Amino acid sequence: MQSEDDIKKVALEIIAGIAPEADVEHLDPSDRLRNQFDFDSVDFMNFAVGLEEQLNVNIPEEDYPKLATLNGCIAYLKAKIDR
Amino acid sequence: MGEFRMPSLGADMESGTLLEWRVKPGDRVKRRDIIAVVDTDKAAIEVEVYEDGVVEELLVKPGEKVPVGTVMAIIRSDADQPREAETKAVGAEQATTEAAPPRAQKKEPPAPPPESPAERVKASPYARRLAAEHGIDLKTLVPSGPHESICAADVKQAVEAAKAAGPEEPPPVAAPPRAEEAPAAAAPAPEEVSGWKDPEAMRRAIAKAMARSKREIPHYYLQTRVDMRRTLGWLESENRRRSIKDRLLPVVPLLKAVAMSLQEVPELNGYWIDDRHQPQEAINIGIAISLRQGGLIAPAILDADLLGVDELMAALRDLITRTRDGRLKSAEMTAATITVTNLGDLGVESVFGVIYPPQVALVGIGKTMEQPWAENGLLGVRPVMTASLSGDHRATDGLQGARFLDTLNRRLQEPSKL
Repeated sequence: MQSEDDIKKVALEIIAGIAPEADVEHLDPSDRLRNQFDFDSVDFMNFAVGLEEQLNVNIPEEDYPKLATLNGCIAYLKAKIDR
Repeated sequence: MGEFRMPSLGADMESGTLLEWRVKPGDRVKRRDIIAVVDTDKAAIEVEVYEDGVVEELLVKPGEKVPVGTVMAIIRSDADQPREAETKAVGAEQATTEAAPPRAQKKEPPAPPPESPAERVKASPYARRLAAEHGIDLKTLVPSGPHESICAADVKQAVEAAKAAGPEEPPPVAAPPRAEEAPAAAAPAPEEVSGWKDPEAMRRAIAKAMARSKREIPHYYLQTRVDMRRTLGWLESENRRRSIKDRLLPVVPLLKAVAMSLQEVPELNGYWIDDRHQPQEAINIGIAISLRQGGLIAPAILDADLLGVDELMAALRDLITRTRDGRLKSAEMTAATITVTNLGDLGVESVFGVIYPPQVALVGIGKTMEQPWAENGLLGVRPVMTASLSGDHRATDGLQGARFLDTLNRRLQEPSKL
């Protein structure tokens, strides 16, 4: 059972791994990650791969848009894990 | 005796700083081995050697900054190497031909005369070189190229087959580590030798290349709108049965379609050097990759036309990851024969790029977005992508550019053939 804080921590760690210079402390959780960290499609894919591996969930491609912001990401993954 | 010189790692490079040698005197090196790491205004680049031999003397010390073309090391060629003269010529030319990769620098052997002797095998220059590199006898290959000539793909196939069958001859006793392994084995921690330069130097380097492009290259620009419904539909069904790691990004079928279209319109793939149009057979697609700290760089996916979609995806991920980490190889920095810039991720509809000299074309990819689309008298909504071509009017005319975009469009309507 993972709390929203756990999910957030994992997500931020993955972002920091992809974009080491990213200021994750001051991330706006409701803004798109793409805007804040210049994520391109390959970065985004690496982000999704990281979430799948670390949280042991299955993320189909059609759900990618739900991962666009940190808030969206947490809500989506929480629902997935709790199911 | 071969001279290893400070290579030109881009149109904008005038000098470089040797960061480290990966070899020492007495070491045996093979073509494509990484023997040095050189710092440019843009990045630390692993530099490959283009001939086989033994390192005789290192002339430049780590930390020294020397102009492009400076002799940095003496490499004694193997006396019994039949390719000695050729590779030497490459090394010498490297110093004088700006920004051109080894492929471009090499004087292609003259085309066989129309009525060549029966025993002379018909093959493209690139196929000959590949065959020589891998020790494959052209006579043993089945030609699939035009006019029953052997093309690069035939040689690659033979190389793969030979690999699958296991090595035919034992590797040389003193074989150096393969290029891919060498850094890990010999290098200090990556942080010490890699990483990008400060944004100001990078900016100046880009400024120089782009100003040169706009000063020298008479650009022409074309664009076409492409219905992406079929390609995206194909991608969706492909990705549904793939694990997350193996999924293809939309840019992959685009790159594949670009590579295939260049086979049909080869004039756009190559260089303008010494007042001469020099189309290249190898299709090395430079990918414009932005760096988070600012600036951009366009390393190449080598032989993109010979890669399947899965291989292209893997190559793209690998290239982007290494670019961001500052771990590129010299061939990737210099060998691009065309560049693709994809600003679609950022939501722009179209991009008309500035050609990277000495290349003669640049393909721009915009965002795929739902648009009204009229076809057969009916109006519908389709995912539409705007593809553009910037062409060097010295090398090609709008006709070739238009043929390229038309071919690209057709390829994207038949995604299962990509």
